[in-house]
Amino acid sequence: MNHFKYILKRIVLMLFTLFIIMTISFVLIKMLQPETPMMGLQAELERARREALGYYKPVMTQYWIYLKNIITSWDWGTSWQIDYRVPVTEVLMRRLPPTIIVNVLSLIVSVPLGIALGIFAALKKNKWQDHFISTTIMVFVSVPSFVYAFIVQYFLGFRLGWFPLIASSLHEAGGSWLSPVMLHSLVMPVMALSFSPVASLARSTRAELTESLTSEYMLLARTKGLTRSQATVRHALKNAMVPILPRIISLFAGVIGGSLIIEKIFAINGIGGLFIQSIYQLDYDVFIGTDMFYTAVSLVTVLVMDLSYGFLDPRVRMGER
Amino acid sequence: MHQDMKIPKEKFTFVQTDVDLHDEKFEVRPISYLMDAWLRFRKNKASIVAAIIIVLIVLYGLVVPFVTRYKISDADGVYAKMRPKNEVLAKIGIAKGQYQKTLNERFLIYMNGIGMAVEDTHGQGATWEQGKNSPMAPIREVKSEYQRGGRDYMDVMVDSYYEVGFKYLMITRSEFARIQAWEKENNLQVLYPMVDINNKWTEQNNRTDANFWFRHNAKSNPVDENGKSLKLDQIKEKGLVDNYRRDADGKVEYFIPKDKSMIQVRVLYYNYFIYRNGYEPLHLLGTDGQGFDILVRMAHGIRLSLVLAVSVSIINLTIGALYGAIEGYYGGVIDMIMERISDILSGVPFIVVATLFQLHLVIPGKVSVLGGLLFAFVLTGWIGTAYLVRTQFYRFKNQEYVLSARTLGASDRRLMFKHIFPNTLGTIITSSVLVIPGVIFTETSLSYLGIANFNSSTMTSLGTMLANGQRYLQTDPHIIFFPSIIISLLMISFNLFGNGLRDAFNPSLRGAEE
Repeated sequence: MNHFKYILKRIVLMLFTLFIIMTISFVLIKMLQPETPMMGLQAELERARREALGYYKPVMTQYWIYLKNIITSWDWGTSWQIDYRVPVTEVLMRRLPPTIIVNVLSLIVSVPLGIALGIFAALKKNKWQDHFISTTIMVFVSVPSFVYAFIVQYFLGFRLGWFPLIASSLHEAGGSWLSPVMLHSLVMPVMALSFSPVASLARSTRAELTESLTSEYMLLARTKGLTRSQATVRHALKNAMVPILPRIISLFAGVIGGSLIIEKIFAINGIGGLFIQSIYQLDYDVFIGTDMFYTAVSLVTVLVMDLSYGFLDPRVRMGER
Repeated sequence: MHQDMKIPKEKFTFVQTDVDLHDEKFEVRPISYLMDAWLRFRKNKASIVAAIIIVLIVLYGLVVPFVTRYKISDADGVYAKMRPKNEVLAKIGIAKGQYQKTLNERFLIYMNGIGMAVEDTHGQGATWEQGKNSPMAPIREVKSEYQRGGRDYMDVMVDSYYEVGFKYLMITRSEFARIQAWEKENNLQVLYPMVDINNKWTEQNNRTDANFWFRHNAKSNPVDENGKSLKLDQIKEKGLVDNYRRDADGKVEYFIPKDKSMIQVRVLYYNYFIYRNGYEPLHLLGTDGQGFDILVRMAHGIRLSLVLAVSVSIINLTIGALYGAIEGYYGGVIDMIMERISDILSGVPFIVVATLFQLHLVIPGKVSVLGGLLFAFVLTGWIGTAYLVRTQFYRFKNQEYVLSARTLGASDRRLMFKHIFPNTLGTIITSSVLVIPGVIFTETSLSYLGIANFNSSTMTSLGTMLANGQRYLQTDPHIIFFPSIIISLLMISFNLFGNGLRDAFNPSLRGAEE
């Protein structure tokens, strides 16, 4: 019961934060009035459209209407610039698949690879394999993802010509996000996205595993007659995974946020591009929609991460004192 | 047995009776906290190397703009995308300003033609060999010759600076006289014979290209006096037929009057550059797509990144330390309210804040781009430090030495900053160093995405350089290569340095991240 109350408290707090951020974003973006460079009839039409949309009402009144629409009919507004007269939810839905596919693919690649490398390094602690992996990890954790993107794009894409330089469009790929053409063109962005999660996962896996390998329960397990591999897999690895799993969850958010740049480099028509586009074209509703999407993703991730700590290791209650 | 162990009392004697023994005063000097940290830090070789690299990069950013010939605003559109070139380094085989190019027959003639035109100083003609051996011949080295699809191709190393060749310019008559005087003085030829671009020997599209000085047909193939196509072997034997403007006596003309004061001339751009600037166009790291010198631009980019990162670090440190100290020291309701505020602030996605600040403050011109970024970083950046300080305060505020100080009448402020705060110093220093690579990375990303726009002739950032260079990734990778190297080096060294500091200040944490 106590646990349930705690989760509820966290969710309410999260919604409150979300609401405040939404209010701030709404007010700030509405304070920027779009220019009307058009003349004559078009300007008239534009002004009439804005009048009808309530752009000339006080900001708080507009916000009230906006909130009411969301709550009563899940209407997040309409895009007037990017996709003319398409509901924001639909614009978001259209742009989500590429982002999600790239990120999920990258996680599928990086999580097992990172953990495997970390385990290998921990088992070979202080041998040359470990030194090699640890040094490489240090470099790969620090180098920014766009540098990998350039390297991969130049050598694999341009010099060797193995992969197309930019991601192919949905039309080219035959209308499916998972067609061979599309997957082939996504290899490079996925690679560029995977380097740093692999490195950071390997680093923490190694750290956690070396710690649990030297703890007393391992000695006990060995004294009781388990072989080294049995003890490692059943005891050390299990315990080492406790702090790693929440980290994997947090990678989801990190990867979605970090893919802004990768999306730009590889011309992936995803949500990161939508966000930047909406700011420059002052597509208010799309901006708030995307903004809320990003905020919600990061808040939910933090929440799930904190809760999963408690779930995996009941001794931990994040945020409680 | 036991009885046998008895030793008679008189067998015991005092070792010394003349000196009183006390605890001796330490002969060594006491080691302070910072000294202790330094001693530990010194042992970490990777961190030392990282620190040296950081110092070198900082020195590069500080010193280079003063010692190089180019200024940040210097851009010569003609010398855009030049390869790294340096006379000293060229002797050991790097920075030769060259790149590999594949030439077909027509292109080969065009390229070697530039060298021939350089030698053809007064319309007297130049042979193929003269052009090939000219000091300003674009083709520096032939890598290989091969046939593909029945055509001849050649892989050659081309000097990007000489490849520019000739340009048409509009200058005043007095400028013309000045150039002529300079030519005599320095024994370098800037003005070359004008090409008659309006006759049938120059193809329409080639009229703006001053390197087409020879007669050619509509397919840009060189022809002889009668309009017959020339084969490569023939050209090698006899040379090209020039298309210079000549007066009635058959002497070449060096300019075309356009109006009363302006005349059009054909200049060898390399020498013209020397005339204009007094030095040869050599760029150690090459130039970018707009003709800016990468060496100088990068130094300014490093300055900007470091100024931003260090100021963010200092400001966040101050705010965070104060905030965390108040939270941790007073606790209770104050702590709860302040925690909620920082909770909400930390939920705001940074990219949104940065963008809104840029839109609201920078674009209307209220603050500079840098100022807008600084605000954005400061708005949420201090939360991490505040959290660390708060935790430390909770740990130390009820310790006995604090209680005793309180009993002796120390004020809150004294307790906070004299007694508890020094305990958090190590954590704070470490975290403020580890903030720096994060800020550099974010700043680079934002300027790369174009959210923070540093793209001007007087200011640049590493991210802007990357964004501008991406267009040329395939053809001129050096433009993006150098900023990428610097930013990676900065990130790696700051991380290593920060980790070394953390190990030095908190030896107990050692190994957690290793």
